[in-house]
Amino acid sequence: MEKGDEGYGEWEELVAAALLGTDRRRGGGPAGSPEALLDAAAVHAVRRRAGLRPAAAGPRPEPAPRDPRPAPPRAAGRRLAQLLAGRSGAVNGGGRRGTAPDLTELLPQWLAAAARHGYRAPNALVPALLDAARARTDLRPQALALAGTRGLWLARLNPDWRFALRGGAGAAGELPDVTDRAGVERLWQEGLFAERVALLGAVRAHEAAAAPRLLSTTWATERAEDRLMFLDSLRVGLSAEDEPFLEAALGDRSRNVRATAAELLSALPTSALAGRMAERALACVGPEGVTPPAECDAGMLRDGVVKRPPAGRGERAWWLGQLVEAAPLSCWRERFGGLGPAEIVALPVAAGDGWTEELHAAWCRAAVRQRDAPWSRALLGPASAPPAAGPGTASLAERAKLLETLPDEERAQWVAEFIRAHGLSEAFQLLGVCVVPWAGALGRAVVDALDTARDAGSYPWSFSGVMGLAERCLDPAEADRLEALTAAAQDLPDAAPGAAAYWAEAFQRLVATLRLRAAMLAELA
Amino acid sequence: MTEQGDRWTAEQVLALAPDDASRKAGGRLGGAGPWLQIGGSASGSVWGLCKGSGSKPYRTVVDLTGPAYKCSCPSRKFPCKHALGLLLLWSAEGVGEPAEAPDWAAQWLADRAAKAERPAGGRAAPVDEEGARRRAERRAARIGAGVTELEQRLADLLRGGLAGQEQSGYAGWEETAARMVDAQAPGLAARVRELGTIPSCGPGWPARMLEEAALLHLLDRAWCGVAGLPEELAATVRSRVGLPASGEGEAVRDRWLVLAQYDTVSPDGRLTTRRIWLRGLAGGRPALVLDFGPPGRPPGLALPVGLVLEAEMRFRPGSAGLRADLGERFAAAVPCAEVPAGVSAGAALEAYGAALREDPWLESWPVVLGPVIPIPGELGWQLADAEGTSALPVPLTGGGSRSRGGLWQLAALSGGGPVTVFGECGHRGFSPLTAWQPDSTEPVALA
Repeated sequence: MEKGDEGYGEWEELVAAALLGTDRRRGGGPAGSPEALLDAAAVHAVRRRAGLRPAAAGPRPEPAPRDPRPAPPRAAGRRLAQLLAGRSGAVNGGGRRGTAPDLTELLPQWLAAAARHGYRAPNALVPALLDAARARTDLRPQALALAGTRGLWLARLNPDWRFALRGGAGAAGELPDVTDRAGVERLWQEGLFAERVALLGAVRAHEAAAAPRLLSTTWATERAEDRLMFLDSLRVGLSAEDEPFLEAALGDRSRNVRATAAELLSALPTSALAGRMAERALACVGPEGVTPPAECDAGMLRDGVVKRPPAGRGERAWWLGQLVEAAPLSCWRERFGGLGPAEIVALPVAAGDGWTEELHAAWCRAAVRQRDAPWSRALLGPASAPPAAGPGTASLAERAKLLETLPDEERAQWVAEFIRAHGLSEAFQLLGVCVVPWAGALGRAVVDALDTARDAGSYPWSFSGVMGLAERCLDPAEADRLEALTAAAQDLPDAAPGAAAYWAEAFQRLVATLRLRAAMLAELA
Repeated sequence: MTEQGDRWTAEQVLALAPDDASRKAGGRLGGAGPWLQIGGSASGSVWGLCKGSGSKPYRTVVDLTGPAYKCSCPSRKFPCKHALGLLLLWSAEGVGEPAEAPDWAAQWLADRAAKAERPAGGRAAPVDEEGARRRAERRAARIGAGVTELEQRLADLLRGGLAGQEQSGYAGWEETAARMVDAQAPGLAARVRELGTIPSCGPGWPARMLEEAALLHLLDRAWCGVAGLPEELAATVRSRVGLPASGEGEAVRDRWLVLAQYDTVSPDGRLTTRRIWLRGLAGGRPALVLDFGPPGRPPGLALPVGLVLEAEMRFRPGSAGLRADLGERFAAAVPCAEVPAGVSAGAALEAYGAALREDPWLESWPVVLGPVIPIPGELGWQLADAEGTSALPVPLTGGGSRSRGGLWQLAALSGGGPVTVFGECGHRGFSPLTAWQPDSTEPVALA
């Protein structure tokens, strides 16, 4: 080895010789055998490894800002790790799911509960949380909020997580202070769309009138779809401060923008547009009957009325509907001699002319738009009445929207009564608008209806939608009551084959999921 | 249990799970719901009856000194989901005051205790020393022939030059590796395979290939002269070539802290190797316990990170005194209450360098590093001393390197601040395996 070591002084020289091969080595350096070359390289290799020195440290990252929120209790943290790990575990598509709870659905609930308790994510789980937020946009706001400052700090270091820095509730730290005029101005001019929407929201929350001012600065140069999205973002927290801007937008180049502006204005009962629409609607509808407009004039067009009806609908009914929909509901009391909504809805107005359906449908849309609970209540009618006989509308989608304007408790009660009267097959959409966890009476109505469906001998997957909802929405306290339903009963004579066992399995899964949710919420407390 | 504070964490329990499905199933049994008659003894066991779908509940017992498990369920997984659930329940809530085990649990526990007291092994048949010697000679001769052939191959490589390697591909080396297997030198075979993969590893491959070829050559030469080497070095050479350790090494009793446990799967997917790193809390000695699992099955031994077991470790001769087998255990494993002390980047490399004196083929040395700050970088990560300017690079590819996910977890734990990290420090850099945050004694196993 000594000899070889003298022959090849430098490592680079050794590598060069090895690349070329000893056969091709010409005169000059010491002629070497392959063995001598390997001997020398071995000495170099061991010497290099034994003599390694640390490298010079690169620039250290700025420390992450402190997150003052507490970490969740250890059991809760472990649960989150489990839920995040189960996220990728595919739920076997279709068919039976067995008795195992579906963890994917529990993750949003865990995040929501943790947010209510004001926890931050355990540090070790922040990367998994960011990955989850990247994969599922529906989880993003809550996941990012939980990840907090540590999440943003990591996102700045890893391009895969850049999304976390763009807008959304989680990136609130990235927005300039709303009182920092220059900062606001700069982000508004240069920001990404999502950042600008978030900025607009922040500015509005701070000072209602400032948002339209900000919007006006660039309005003329925005693309039509962006104008529409900005307008749409005004929907939440709409106030009279927005009226002048919206009124101006009625003259917009884009029809969609015009229509949205008109819709927003009509949801402001005191707006000039609402007043104009009331005037037009009152001229058409009264105790004496219904006379739809004979033409769609320029004023109506400017106020957002769409002239051409969709195929299959009459022009005049179409215009009538739009006028009534946009008129403030408050205008009808006086027109009908001081009657309340329920009495007005019950009047046989225009029954003879066949306009009733059109009128009621328009009132439904107005009640939803103006979030008017008394009118919604009147239009929904009693829950036990057959849907087709309801005063307002038989459409479940529209009924669901009407329900959303009612207070939480009343909503749950109405749906519970509906289920008791009509069963589950039509209740899915209505259940979707009820507050989670379901109120006691509602939960009991659902469980009783499921039990009834079992007794009727159908298969549980006919109710898989409601079952899935129940796993997410039933109060965990119901688990004990449900336990009795998990025993596998004998198949009833009329039942589909094997149905009893499948039902037992479905109820077992429901109970297991509820228990898991209860444990999960207890861990977070 | 002796005291409530000695319970394991849920992570430590879950580290025992043979697979993901068991981990999830065990998690669902970790609440009080399905359990009856749970209890534990002062000597380190827990038991309980678990309601299943059948009429009879399953009888589950765990001996925490093992840990060892017994359950009447039909599962062939060890531990089964019931044992995991029982341990999780114990981890979360405890099982009450120490008590007498019920009959069904007591019998198994007594059998285990009796087995432990019997003297270990004691070779059954008288050893056929003459036969063993002849077999060893035959094997040595075959290895010798393999070494000669390998030397020839290396000489050819250097004569023709490395430059052609990028084109000539892997097949030739695979063939040479197969011949080393035939020569009963699996250690050489593994190094040859590794050598064959280098030309496709990107820039700088010629230097790496020369280095590996030279170390292989060094091993060949050492084997040829093994009779003249000092005994420790000779033992190292034999084990590097792939011969099983001959003779008993030193037995060391200590309280051993589990620093890391991770699995690697052989390139053909046929063998899972589990590495468990330990350190003696009193003596400071590092130990590496290896366990192997056949295709589709995890290795049998599982020691959760952060537990301390009082046990005897039997060190094999050679290989810088790292390889050890777990001997008798004296008490139930308990969580460690402190963060092990870390050293600087410079000291970590010195420790590796010193270990190379005993085993020049050593890839890395186990080191607790800290306090250090992880520095993520587009081109590569570093772990930098919290004070001063020294840093160790983190290898992103090659043997022993961790996944990116584990590194981001490390960054998330640090948040730009100092952490303590256990890992393997070698000529490629430092591969982090376990980390401790400043305000917690709980180790986090990096993915």
